Amino acid sequence: MALDPSYLEYPHRQRGYDHDFFEWSCLHTRPPVKWPDGTSVAVWLCVSLEWFPIVPAGPFKAPGHMQTAYPDYRHYTARDYGNRVGVWRMLDAFAAAGVKASFATNAAIAERYPELVAAVIEGGHEIIAHSTDMNGTIDSSLTREAESALIGEAMARIEAASGVRPTGWLSIARQQSWHTADLLKEHGLTYTCDWVNDELPYALKNGLINLPLNHELSDRQIITVQQKSADSWAESLCDAFDWLAAEAAAQGGAGRMLPVHLTPYIMGLPYRISALEGWLRGISQRPESWFATGEEIIAHWHKQEQQDG
Amino acid sequence: MEPRPHDPGLYDYHPYRGRPKITWPGGKSVAVWVAPNLEYYEIDPPAHPARKAWPSLHPSVVGYAHRDHSNRVSHWRMAEVMSKHGFPGSVSLSVALCQHHPEVVEDANQRGWEFFSHGIYNTRYAYEMDEAQERAIIEDSIHTVQEATGQRIRGWLAPALTHTPRTLDLLSQYDFTYTCDLYHDDQVQEVKVKQGRLASIPYSLEVNDHYGFFVYNMSGREYADALIRQYERLAAEGENSGTVMCIPLHAYLIGQPHRIGPFEEALRHIAADGRAWIARAGEIVDHWRGQTGGQG
Repeated sequence: MALDPSYLEYPHRQRGYDHDFFEWSCLHTRPPVKWPDGTSVAVWLCVSLEWFPIVPAGPFKAPGHMQTAYPDYRHYTARDYGNRVGVWRMLDAFAAAGVKASFATNAAIAERYPELVAAVIEGGHEIIAHSTDMNGTIDSSLTREAESALIGEAMARIEAASGVRPTGWLSIARQQSWHTADLLKEHGLTYTCDWVNDELPYALKNGLINLPLNHELSDRQIITVQQKSADSWAESLCDAFDWLAAEAAAQGGAGRMLPVHLTPYIMGLPYRISALEGWLRGISQRPESWFATGEEIIAHWHKQEQQDG
Repeated sequence: MEPRPHDPGLYDYHPYRGRPKITWPGGKSVAVWVAPNLEYYEIDPPAHPARKAWPSLHPSVVGYAHRDHSNRVSHWRMAEVMSKHGFPGSVSLSVALCQHHPEVVEDANQRGWEFFSHGIYNTRYAYEMDEAQERAIIEDSIHTVQEATGQRIRGWLAPALTHTPRTLDLLSQYDFTYTCDLYHDDQVQEVKVKQGRLASIPYSLEVNDHYGFFVYNMSGREYADALIRQYERLAAEGENSGTVMCIPLHAYLIGQPHRIGPFEEALRHIAADGRAWIARAGEIVDHWRGQTGGQG
């Protein structure tokens, strides 16, 4: 038995990457980014607002989607709990700590729950586009035309329902196709949050900016996948902040970023929310922290990129 | 199809009790080596009949980008912590990284780290290769690392832990001295090969950071605690006959901001203890070979 000879051919074995999305770059040798007012760690809270149709569809099943035979009331309602209850606890927690967040929002959320989206906007938070609903997944099984239509529909529906046209895009499960980066650019978006390969913003070759939304630090990964407690989540997030603050100090105040990806039906539960509240209280009082929306972080970074030329 | 014996015939049974005494340099009881995996995963590898490379259609953005974090960010974070506490690396290298990101390989080489092969890419699997194909990836590994670093590799960790029944025999034919693919012991052991000699150095799946975080679901602090417990036990037992502790790492896991701080504390503990011979894989195998003549 032997493998096909082509299995030992390596047509992309070359300097740099085996694709054309972006260039390789080492975080530790880039010109330092400075955040406002002498802070050194940008803390980016990103909350996913997800509506799961009770009938799953689309290229793949989103994490958190229905699991039982139809009708799966159990998961439909447990997910919607986040939109009805959990997220309101988060909004209160953010207000109490005096911090702003980004909300990655399905178009269906903006249409179905106008009170929620109004409260997000009124609180000074950012809306990031997060597809149509949780059936709006993207992968390479979509034609370019179908994917473009999906992105266009999501943008139009979010804008019509909320009055805001987002500049950022988060794909469901951060999954893209070979065309997504170009299509997001064509639809006028400034940035995506899908590539977790870095800890600061960077520009793709087509000009789209990637703002990395660390999936390992998410409540989904730590609490749902790894099955740790909310206190363990808070401990890990404190350790992450401490490390980044120390790294920034050791490198002359070079800015670092801590992305905190939250899910209302996970962290917004009565027995977990106090872990988030306590963590926010502690970190928002640290002199190194700058809580900012994705858009604000991109704006600061971009201004300095242009100056560094 | 070739015969598939129920016992793969890798080694003789050799009970832990009553073994000859191994002594590490300076009278240390446990040899500690750190094995960072410096890897390249292809975004669109060809399909292998026995194993899928990615869980989704390509590009599998999270899987690819997570591993790329090593080569943009966390290799340097991990390497600085290791250097600060006096731990050299023995690198499990996807040798194509020498072409893709020579900056990472150069950094490791400048720190005095040793390299061994982890295949061409971690998305190319050895299962079902014929002998000529397997010889081709071994020879490619030797030449690629020699050219990039000046080192003649002596060790092998199969790409994505994929083997054929002839891999170990081929390694000894090409003058490799150790394999990291067998997990049957806490001491260096002889591997049964058709010609020459080959040692098995303990590499450890159980305290591999990947197992710690994705099989056992440990937090960063729990993993650091597991490393310290593993170390304490092996240091104590090594008074009878020198043991080996490996810390196998992936920068994209251990170098995440929430894990690297607790990991540094584990290294600090081991470095300060006094019973550890902190060494590279090749040195450990050489000292063992020198004391046992291969009869260890």
